[in-house]
Amino acid sequence: MPTKFQRWKESITATDIVMWFIGSALLVFIILGSILTLRAGRYTPVQWFDFVIYGLAQGSIYALVAMGYTLVYGVLRMINFAHSEVFMSGPFTAYYVAAYFSRSSLLESHPFICLIIVFIVSMTVSTLIAFLLERIAYRPLRNAPRLIPLITAIGASFTLMYLFRGLFGTGFQAYPVWAIFTGKWVLFKGLEIGKIQVFVIFAAALVMITLYLFIQRTRTGKAVRSVSEDKEAASLMGVDIDKTISVTFIIGGAAAGAAGVLYALVFKQVFFMMGFIPGIKAFTAAVLGGIGNIPGAMLGGLLLGLLESLGPSLFLDGYNIAAPYQLKDAIAFLVLVLVLIFRPTGLLGERLAIKKA
Amino acid sequence: MEQIRAIWRYGIKVGIVGSIVLVLMALIGMIEVFTQRQVIADIISMGHTLYLAAGLFICYMAARRTTPAKPLWIISNSIFAGLTTAVFLVLLIILGRNVNLRLMFINASDLLLNNLLTFGVQGNNGLRLLLIAGMATGLFTGFFYLLPKIVRTVILWSLAGSVFAGVLQELIRPILSNNFPDVISEWLLTSDGLTMKGALSIFIFIALVIISWSIKGEGIRQGWQGLPKKQQSTWRTIGTIILLAVILIAPWRLGLFMSEVLTIVGLYVLLGLGLNIVVGYAGLLDLGYVAFFAIGAYVTALITSPEIMNLNWSLWAAIPFALFFGILAGVLLGVPVLKMRGDYLAIATMGFGEIIRLLVLSDALRPFLGGSQGIGKIAKPQVLGFVFKGPQEIYYLIIAGCLLVIFVSWRLKDSRIGRAWKAMREDEDVAQAMGINLVSNKLLAFGTGAGFAALSGVIFGSKIGSIYPHSFNIMVSINIVCLIIFGGIGSIPGVIVGAAALIGLPELLREFAEYRFLVYGIALVVMMLIRPEGLWPEEAHKRELHEGKANGTK
Repeated sequence: MPTKFQRWKESITATDIVMWFIGSALLVFIILGSILTLRAGRYTPVQWFDFVIYGLAQGSIYALVAMGYTLVYGVLRMINFAHSEVFMSGPFTAYYVAAYFSRSSLLESHPFICLIIVFIVSMTVSTLIAFLLERIAYRPLRNAPRLIPLITAIGASFTLMYLFRGLFGTGFQAYPVWAIFTGKWVLFKGLEIGKIQVFVIFAAALVMITLYLFIQRTRTGKAVRSVSEDKEAASLMGVDIDKTISVTFIIGGAAAGAAGVLYALVFKQVFFMMGFIPGIKAFTAAVLGGIGNIPGAMLGGLLLGLLESLGPSLFLDGYNIAAPYQLKDAIAFLVLVLVLIFRPTGLLGERLAIKKA
Repeated sequence: MEQIRAIWRYGIKVGIVGSIVLVLMALIGMIEVFTQRQVIADIISMGHTLYLAAGLFICYMAARRTTPAKPLWIISNSIFAGLTTAVFLVLLIILGRNVNLRLMFINASDLLLNNLLTFGVQGNNGLRLLLIAGMATGLFTGFFYLLPKIVRTVILWSLAGSVFAGVLQELIRPILSNNFPDVISEWLLTSDGLTMKGALSIFIFIALVIISWSIKGEGIRQGWQGLPKKQQSTWRTIGTIILLAVILIAPWRLGLFMSEVLTIVGLYVLLGLGLNIVVGYAGLLDLGYVAFFAIGAYVTALITSPEIMNLNWSLWAAIPFALFFGILAGVLLGVPVLKMRGDYLAIATMGFGEIIRLLVLSDALRPFLGGSQGIGKIAKPQVLGFVFKGPQEIYYLIIAGCLLVIFVSWRLKDSRIGRAWKAMREDEDVAQAMGINLVSNKLLAFGTGAGFAALSGVIFGSKIGSIYPHSFNIMVSINIVCLIIFGGIGSIPGVIVGAAALIGLPELLREFAEYRFLVYGIALVVMMLIRPEGLWPEEAHKRELHEGKANGTK
């Protein structure tokens, strides 16, 4: 009777050895880089704290968008490439509302009401677009071979992106500045925290917890979970598949819309392509945490935000690489690739581990 | 009651959807931009043609969906569709008059709303005209739908042909002026577009062709099949020789601009054929393909340019190096993704592509790769002192490359490797169980595809003369994927058709360039919904894609 170890020894292939080699080389590179950076002492603890907070804020936004990816993947087993455009559509259209408020100085007199209205408009638009997307582009292709819905998603992503470009132009629209968000709060001696960062983290957490409770505690949420586990069985149990999938897209869309407004508040700009790279990063977050797994999406988002924020300074700066911040996106993509190679099931999730062809 | 509703319900339903699309089309500025080009000079522009065509299409769809399919019902639904569309447009115009829509929709200009959409008639008369036009379109389409199929086909294709000819007059003009007496070009074209006489002539010509084909076509086809094999193959050889001759003399007969267009299309054909092997034959969706293209171009640049490495070798020396590094990169990038499938593979390869682009762009690697300023002064190909400078000469280089790649693709398809790929594509697990070594076959696919891309990179680098990281973004990969899908996955003529349509047309119709990716996106979605096997499909793929339907699972 071969032991477990012996069987494992036999199952290793040459590619596995190559991959381990690459993986360990990367690990050494990262650890060495961190040691060098910390020893060089180029950054003060306050700066590290700033990086962490910034990373958490960014990460919360990614987490919100990642929820959309992870939910849709759970029920449809496909990556909704167009989700990044759903993310973009909300704040883009809400911009005009915000601009109107700013122009008529309603923004100064009633900042919170204006903010809430902007959120509502944004989330409505993104939800609507997500819903239409599913109805028009995905529903007819539900039983098609793997490649086709993927291509459709890419096509839909481009259609939306360039539709918005055609309608609203190529310019960068600057969000008005809410006075309540400028400035920092002082925590204790020498340690400040940006008000906007705090708001983003709290707002994102609020939305995420609401959605998580919805998925866990309500009947519709249970329907969503059941469809993502086994579509046929769920329909046999009387779950309305079409409606449930629509609800899934709606939830994801709403979360993405909220995330979009937060993103616009932090980066103060919207433009038609703003969804593309954050979309890929949010997908990375979803995979990192475990696709199909909602707490995983949240964890993955925060983790990715931190890695992106701390990465250039912690891992790369020690090697005296010029302008490491340009490689911030490269680090995010590298995380994506590494997760897909070494642990496609993600950190938390082990459902949907092996993709069926 | 149900009967009475059937008079208008399809019309209104289709009309609402159609008017949203038409309003969007107007607000993205497509109609306005397209009016810059005349189809029939001074009579109708491309913009208005699009406008009318959209209206006709909406009414046609309403007519098609009418049940019961009684003539009166069909006509009335068609009219209602046209009317609904017109009503929505009127509402838009009225809204635009009272509210400054330009604050939000940058294209909602006065020109669009009060002139173009109302066919040039101002004020309230314009609105009335629009409503009448909507109903008239519906009436016309309703009757058109009731005509026998052959008449509809003839009218449709002849109209389409005339519009196409008018729109592509920049292509037709140099062909005519270089090869035919001036009389013909004066009859057909003016400086802007077709003449009325020209349009009519083309219409009648195409109509005659279609009618004679439908009468004689079956006879010709049976005659062809009746011929003995030897005669068939002689005819085929003659046909191929004529085709080759046309290809070879093309740049000199078509002029500089067309040669340039053909060169660019040719480059994308090369790229498309390479990706066709990875995606079409082996079924591995690679969205980071542009990385190999970049590697080919950068290796060429480093070897032949005086900048950075100062080797100054000739272009021919660069080719083997570019191929080597390209194939190596293909294999290296293939190793990590061996176990991934479908969506994950796509995203992972996209990630790789972006990483390479960011590395090439970064300041960290500037001393080696030129950073955002790129590398310049790449050598042009030389043979015994003759330098391939202009597009007409580079054209031959590209044709040579294309022929080589077409040949390799064609031979690979029916070889053992090709069949192994096909098995892998259909079901990896079963293929492995049948004894196909997934690792070596996948790496072979990646490597070959990468090699082709590197070859294109060499030619591209030489043609442009200096390369920048910005030319190697993910849009290029998406472009290539789009054109393969559009033309037909796995099919060699499909790649050529796809490249001609998706790359050539935007070059010829400059107005299109603005909406290029929008059209790509819509084309992809529509293709996937209606005809996923592409325009010129390959038999096996067509069967694969429709087998769900045959089994009744769709």
